[in-house]
Amino acid sequence: MQRIGVFVCWCGSNIAATVDVEKVSQVLAQEPGVVFSTNYQYMCSQAGQEMIQQSIKEYGLTGVVVCSCSPRMHETTFRKTCEKAGINPHMVEIANIREQCSWIHKDKEVGTEKAIILGRAAIAKVHLNTPLTAGTSPVVKRALVIGGGIAGIQTALDIADAGFEVDIVEKQPTIGGKMTQIDKTFPTLDCAACILTPKMVDAAQNEKIHIYSYSEVESVKGFVGNFNVTIKKKARYVDEVKCTGCGLCTEKCPQKKVPNLFNLGLDNRRAIYIPFAQAVPKVATIDADYCTMLKSGKCGVCSKVCTAGAINYQQKDEFFEQQYGAIVVATGFNPIKLDKYDEFAYSQSPDVVTSLEFERLMNAAGPTGGTLLRPSDGEHPHTIVFVQCVGSRCDDEKGKPYCSKICCMYTAKHAMLCREKYPDTDVYVFYIDVRTPGKNFDEFYRRAVEEYGVHYIKGMVGKVVPQDGKLKVQASDLLGNRQLHIDADMVVLAAAIEPDETARPLATKLTASMDTNDFFTEAHPKLRPVESPTAGIFLSGACQGPKDIPETVAQASAAAAKVIGLLCKDNLTCNPCTAEPNELMCNGCSSCEKVCPYGAITYVDKEFRGPNRTTLIRRVAQVNPAVCQGCGACTVACPSGAMDLKGFSNQQIMAEVDAICR
Amino acid sequence: MQKRIKEKALELLNTGVVDRVLGWKIGEFFYDLTPAVFETAEEVEENFVYSGFSGANLSKYLIAQSRAGGKVAVFLKPCDSYSFQQLLKEHRILRENVYVVGISCDGMLDIEKIRAAGCDGVIAVKENVDSLEVETLYDKKTLNRNDCLLERCLVCKSKKVVVFDEMIGENGEEQETARFEMVAKLEAMSPEDRFEFWRGELSRCIRCNACRNVCPACSCEKCVFDNDKSGLRNKAAADDFEENLFHLIRAFHVAGRCTDCGECSRVCPQNIPLHLLNRKYIKDINELYGEYQAGADMETKSPLTNFTFEDCEPSIIHERGGV
Repeated sequence: MQRIGVFVCWCGSNIAATVDVEKVSQVLAQEPGVVFSTNYQYMCSQAGQEMIQQSIKEYGLTGVVVCSCSPRMHETTFRKTCEKAGINPHMVEIANIREQCSWIHKDKEVGTEKAIILGRAAIAKVHLNTPLTAGTSPVVKRALVIGGGIAGIQTALDIADAGFEVDIVEKQPTIGGKMTQIDKTFPTLDCAACILTPKMVDAAQNEKIHIYSYSEVESVKGFVGNFNVTIKKKARYVDEVKCTGCGLCTEKCPQKKVPNLFNLGLDNRRAIYIPFAQAVPKVATIDADYCTMLKSGKCGVCSKVCTAGAINYQQKDEFFEQQYGAIVVATGFNPIKLDKYDEFAYSQSPDVVTSLEFERLMNAAGPTGGTLLRPSDGEHPHTIVFVQCVGSRCDDEKGKPYCSKICCMYTAKHAMLCREKYPDTDVYVFYIDVRTPGKNFDEFYRRAVEEYGVHYIKGMVGKVVPQDGKLKVQASDLLGNRQLHIDADMVVLAAAIEPDETARPLATKLTASMDTNDFFTEAHPKLRPVESPTAGIFLSGACQGPKDIPETVAQASAAAAKVIGLLCKDNLTCNPCTAEPNELMCNGCSSCEKVCPYGAITYVDKEFRGPNRTTLIRRVAQVNPAVCQGCGACTVACPSGAMDLKGFSNQQIMAEVDAICR
Repeated sequence: MQKRIKEKALELLNTGVVDRVLGWKIGEFFYDLTPAVFETAEEVEENFVYSGFSGANLSKYLIAQSRAGGKVAVFLKPCDSYSFQQLLKEHRILRENVYVVGISCDGMLDIEKIRAAGCDGVIAVKENVDSLEVETLYDKKTLNRNDCLLERCLVCKSKKVVVFDEMIGENGEEQETARFEMVAKLEAMSPEDRFEFWRGELSRCIRCNACRNVCPACSCEKCVFDNDKSGLRNKAAADDFEENLFHLIRAFHVAGRCTDCGECSRVCPQNIPLHLLNRKYIKDINELYGEYQAGADMETKSPLTNFTFEDCEPSIIHERGGV
């Protein structure tokens, strides 16, 4: 029989206000095996911990139940406390009477009753607890960064700076991400390429950084400290080593009608291409969807003009495996598709563009060479209407419920740049609210209004109709309480941003959790913002939520710091709560082996004693505790109930359920 | 057919290809055929029977028989071969110790249906291609054979023996039948009506464990109901809830591994249509994860113990009509 101590925490008034802590400790004192029960204002305080240690010695406790906050908060604290007092840390159970009780109940009587039940369940479990000892597993000192935008580049640079090997996997032919497409950056209006490309070059030149461009993560196995990742290098039909990036092929390729994705389809490129002049790696890529040689076997011009002999039409997707200690997700964002927003005539008129397309139209490397011209007729626009919150802060199914955060600032930037370069243009900005929390952000917006004379109008655009070469904009001015009709030359839509479409499947591969909008969830929204709840997976940039460049870079470095902290260690303490088969009950059916995501289970033929002094060979499961992460998948897959999780055995869980139902 | 099978059993024993033959012998009554192991030609001569009442699926006995030393021959009907292959897949049967004789099958007979056709005191049944000549204590009757088949044979999923060393008779093909018709009907019922239906059926359960004992998928080394440590050993259903739950949980336990051999319903002394529970899960698996037939081959991974990126998340299951 265990000798159990129960410690009920008030958590100030967090628990005590809705749970009668005195009653809880009194009632739980009556439970079988409980030899001591008390309550205290802050169990996690020094005094509270000393009280627990004192009681362990005084009453010879073998098990401890702390009724307090979520085990995610203080389980480690109390385990360490008890370990110091000489009992195994796994003899401690936490009954969560805060998050799962006091915070969700208003009625004190109901809260108290539930707290008692939760305490009972924990006591029932402790009765079946056994001391557990953790092993260790080595850390592979190499990190993987998925996504080579500014977030991924910054994270990789910081990790490499600490002396660890880093691989960047980027699905596009070049790293750089969205920032390469941006013209100027707010609030300082410096050129995006001028600040980004040095970092791209840094990454390329860093000996510790290996860039796998035009590659994707195929599968992920393993666990923190020891991930085994299969990377797919997509066939680009060009030998990366031989290609010098001279660009001759991209000039000679006869297939000229390929929409240029780098310029968002505003102009065309060839079937063999280098996305832009400063691409890293500067290597050509053949677009298999358009290349006549790959489609029909007739052409081969690029191969003929290539002096390096780098073209290889036979190239195939390559797969290779690599071990990593940590993985950083930096998959970034995309503007949403606007096909559900017909009222803005996006699909009807080429002069209605998204803000990112507008960036390209302003950019010197863009389709117009940096002169702002209407896509329809190449004329200079005189009236430009900006519409904010297109798809952001939407309460219907069309858009996103969240604020995309960056649109207010880049729209102010666009408006300002238009007025500065072309003072003869009239610029209107329609907004719901202007949100400018950030260093020098509000000053920037006010400059747009006050110095540059941008017409900021609170209200939404109802309709855009292309008519006689103009865009008839109907809008409401909420402050002036009037309807506006503007004949615009161009309309720019600040489309909401969403996570890249590769994020969801990647999250599945990584078993990292996501929110309903497909943004990666952080381990704690305030205190662990750059870690995924999945150990060893870190988050960098807009994959975790909408962010501007400074924030992205800050988070990228933060994620790097976390990775460095992990890679510095030689060994990680394993979770002692691993699976354990009961060989006498094992059927040898392999169900557990099939569901194990870590490859921790193998089978052996083992000799057993049969009846009447016979022996028989049986096929039974074996778990490698250094590899097992204690996920418990095998315990439910096992048809015969032979597999159990130490610390969370079926018996323990049933005892808890029974205690709750009693 | 009956003759050829018996001859094959004799031949395999006499030529020393196998040491034992797993087949059927007469039990309490002539229609009450029971699985049996034959070690000598004499035993076969005397007791071996194959008839329309050889419904019993012999696969499960091979878990022990394939480990009992020497080689054992077994006769498998098409549906039995699915159970056999499923057990092979689960590493339960040592294939090298088994000689499988596949036998083509025209459906097995249901003595209850013969009785229901007005034949009390049945003492003999002569099987013709389409008809049965039933001799009773009182008279002789001729019945349409199709009217007397087991339910599972009326909706036979496959005439194909999926694994064999030799075949007796022509091997057939998988076939489309309306085996999920009744499940669909139950699904269409209101929850109250469905509950009533199942209460009506399951309340008759006497917990004799025949369904568990016969089920090839229910073949754990140590059944939870025989395990002292489980706290459930030999537990009788204490109330309605436990009566319902025993069968539901048993069906869950074999879900994804059940080949729909229909033995559970065949052996139930209370005539509870237990196969409907299994078929519901099979139908759900088919609809949610794509068509899957347990035991159809050695390679396909069971959807319930396999992960693919296309797998249903709970919200998708709901969208696809699951509940």
